[in-house]
Amino acid sequence: MTTTAPALTNATLQAADPILEIKNLSVDYGFGDDPTHVLQDVSLTLNRGEVLGLAGESGCGKSTLAYGATRLLPPPGVIRGGEVIFTGRDGVKTDILTLNDKDLRTARWRDFAIVFQGAMNSLNPVHRVGTQLIDAIKAHGKTATKQEARDRAAYVLEMVGINADRLKAYPHQLSGGMRQRVMIAMALVLEPELLIMDEPTTALDVVMQRQILEEITDLRDRLGFSVIFITHDVSLLVEVADRIAIMYAGEIVEAADAKDAYLRPRHPYTRGLLNSFPPLRGPRRELQGIPGSPPDMAKLPSGCRFADRCPFVMDRCRTEDPALSRTALKMSEPERLVACHLHDGKASEVPAELAIQAPQK
Amino acid sequence: MRFFIRRGIFYIVTAWAAVTLNFFLPRMMPGDPVSSLIIKSGGQISPDAINSLKVLFGLDNGQSLWEQYTSYWNQLFHGDLGLSFAFFPTPVSSVIQQSLPWTVGLVGIATILSVILGTTVGTLIGWRRGTKADAVLPVATFFSAVPYFWFGLIAILLFAVTWDFFPASKGYQPGLIPAWNWEFISSVLWHGILPALTIVVSSISGWILGMRNMMVTVSSEDYVTVAQAKGLKERRVMVSYAARNAVLPQISSFALALGFIVGGTLVMEMVFSYPGIGFVLYQAVTASDYPLMQGCFLVITLAILVANMMADVVYAFLDPRTRQEG
Repeated sequence: MTTTAPALTNATLQAADPILEIKNLSVDYGFGDDPTHVLQDVSLTLNRGEVLGLAGESGCGKSTLAYGATRLLPPPGVIRGGEVIFTGRDGVKTDILTLNDKDLRTARWRDFAIVFQGAMNSLNPVHRVGTQLIDAIKAHGKTATKQEARDRAAYVLEMVGINADRLKAYPHQLSGGMRQRVMIAMALVLEPELLIMDEPTTALDVVMQRQILEEITDLRDRLGFSVIFITHDVSLLVEVADRIAIMYAGEIVEAADAKDAYLRPRHPYTRGLLNSFPPLRGPRRELQGIPGSPPDMAKLPSGCRFADRCPFVMDRCRTEDPALSRTALKMSEPERLVACHLHDGKASEVPAELAIQAPQK
Repeated sequence: MRFFIRRGIFYIVTAWAAVTLNFFLPRMMPGDPVSSLIIKSGGQISPDAINSLKVLFGLDNGQSLWEQYTSYWNQLFHGDLGLSFAFFPTPVSSVIQQSLPWTVGLVGIATILSVILGTTVGTLIGWRRGTKADAVLPVATFFSAVPYFWFGLIAILLFAVTWDFFPASKGYQPGLIPAWNWEFISSVLWHGILPALTIVVSSISGWILGMRNMMVTVSSEDYVTVAQAKGLKERRVMVSYAARNAVLPQISSFALALGFIVGGTLVMEMVFSYPGIGFVLYQAVTASDYPLMQGCFLVITLAILVANMMADVVYAFLDPRTRQEG
C-alpha cells in the first residue's frame, strides 16, 4: 500500500441520509481583479439528526462557510462556485445557491435557521422580543391568526426556559444569557430541520454556556433537528457534537467522530488546537498552543497551508497541497479523513502522537 | 412616565434660565432704549417726552431690579413684550405675530419636505449602496455647498427674470388684502414656491447623506442579517429593521432644524424680501430696536425648547432604550 488513497471530494464518506451537502464551495472576498480566496472547494456533509462541530482558529473561514452556504455573506463576500444541496424531510433536494429570491426567502428559517454569533446584537433594540419572534412566523404565513402566532412565540420562549410575559420586553431589558435563549427560541419557532449555530456561547460566562449547551442538546433530542455548531472551543465541541470538522485557513483539514478527534487527533493542527485547551479530565499538563499565526489569506503559501507552523513539516509540504483523504490507519478507521502528507505513507511512518490507536473493541 | 416628568422639569428650568438671561442681557448692555430713541430723533425731543418714554419702557428710576424682573414676568404672561422702535409704536408682540406665520409656514413646509424627501432618498441609496443611485450624492452636495444667497439670486435670475415663472420677491401680490380667500391664498402659494424650492434643494443633501450613512452602518448590524435570515421580505427588512433604526439620529437633527425654522432662514428672507421673522430680526438689528430683538430672541429660544421637547418625546417613543422605566 504505497500508493496514495484517491482524493475524496466529499468531506465524509457517503452518508446514508444527508440533510446538507456542501460541495466544493468557494468564497471570495472582494469584487476587484484580485479578490481573496477565503474558501476553496470546501466540501462537508451533515447527516440528519447529527450535530456537526466546525472548529478552528479565528479567521479560518468557519463562519464564512456557514454564511456562504446560506447565502447570507455580507458584501464584499462572493460565492464563486459550488453546490449546497439541502434535502428536506420529504426527500426533495434543492440547491440553496441556485434558488431564486422568493424561494430562498421561503426556505430560510423554515428549512434552516441560524443562531448568530453575539446575541447582544442579534436582536433589534427598538422592537419588542415578541414582535421579532412573530415577524418570523408571519413572514412564512405558517400561522393564520395573530393570536396563534403569539401563542407559538410564547410556547417557544417557554421551551427555552423564559417566561412568556417576556414577549413584551425589549432586548435591553434582558441579560446576555436570556437574549441568547431568545435567539435560540427564535431559531426554533418554525421548527427548522437544520440549525446553524455560530459561536452561540462565546460571549457568555461558563455557567451560562453550560446551561445553553444542555438546552440545545435537550431540544435536539426532543425536536430532532440537525445542527452545525461553529466554535473555536474544541473541548466544548467534544461534548455536544457527534462529528467534528477542523478548519484551517479556509480548508477542512480533518473530519472525524467527535471522540476520536479529541482523543486521537490525526492532523498536526488538530493536535495543536487540542493542546491549546486545558484537558477536562486526567492529569494536568502544560498548555502548548500553536506557535505562529494563520497565513494571510491574500498571500497563501504554496503547498500545505499549515506547513509554516507544523512541527512535523517535510520538504514535500512546501510544494504540494495535501488533499482530504483517508488516514494512514485506513483499515481500522475508514470513516476518518485528514489532509496531511504524513498520512500518505505507511501507518508506521506517522509520528506516534498522530497515530494513537483506538482501543480494541 | 417618570421620564417625561423629569424631562418636563428640565425644560421648565431651561425656559426659566432663557427668559431670565433675556431679561438681564439688554440691561447689561451700555445705553438704553430711551437714549437710543433720543439719538434717533437727533435731540429734538422735550424732557417731558423723555420722561414719558422712560415710563413707557419701564425705565422710570423708582423700580429696583427685582421689581423690574417680576413685572417683566408679569408682562410676559400677558403676552406683552414692549413696544418696537422700528415700527413705533406697534407692540413687539404684534410685529412678531404678523411675521411668524410667514416663516413657520414657508420654512416649516420646506424643511419638512426636505427631511422627508432626503430621508427617503437616503434610505434607498444607503440600502443599495454601490449602485448608480449613488450619483445623487455629489449633485445634492454641490447644491448645499453653493452659498445660499448666491444660489437664491441665481434662482431669481433664472426663474423670475429670464423666464418669468415665479415672482421675485415678497410674500404675496402687493395690493392684495390678506384674507382667507382663494385669490390671496393662491398668491401666497405662488410666491412661496421659489423660496421653498431653493431651501429644499440647498438643504436636502444633509438629510440624504445623514440617512445614507446611518443606513450603511445599520445594514451591517447583526439584527439586519438575522432579519434577512428569517426570510422576511426585502422591503420589510429595509423599512422596519434597517431604516427604523437608522432614522433615530435624523430625528434629533430634525428637532434642531425645527428650532431654526422659527429663527427663519435670515438669508432666504433677505434675498426674497420675505415678510418673515428673519427679515424682522434683520430690521430690528439695523435699527437697534432692542425690544424687538429681545422679543425675537425670546420666541426663537422658546421655539427651540419646544422643538427639543417634541423631539425628546418622539425619540422616547421610537427608541425604547432611552425610556428609563421603573
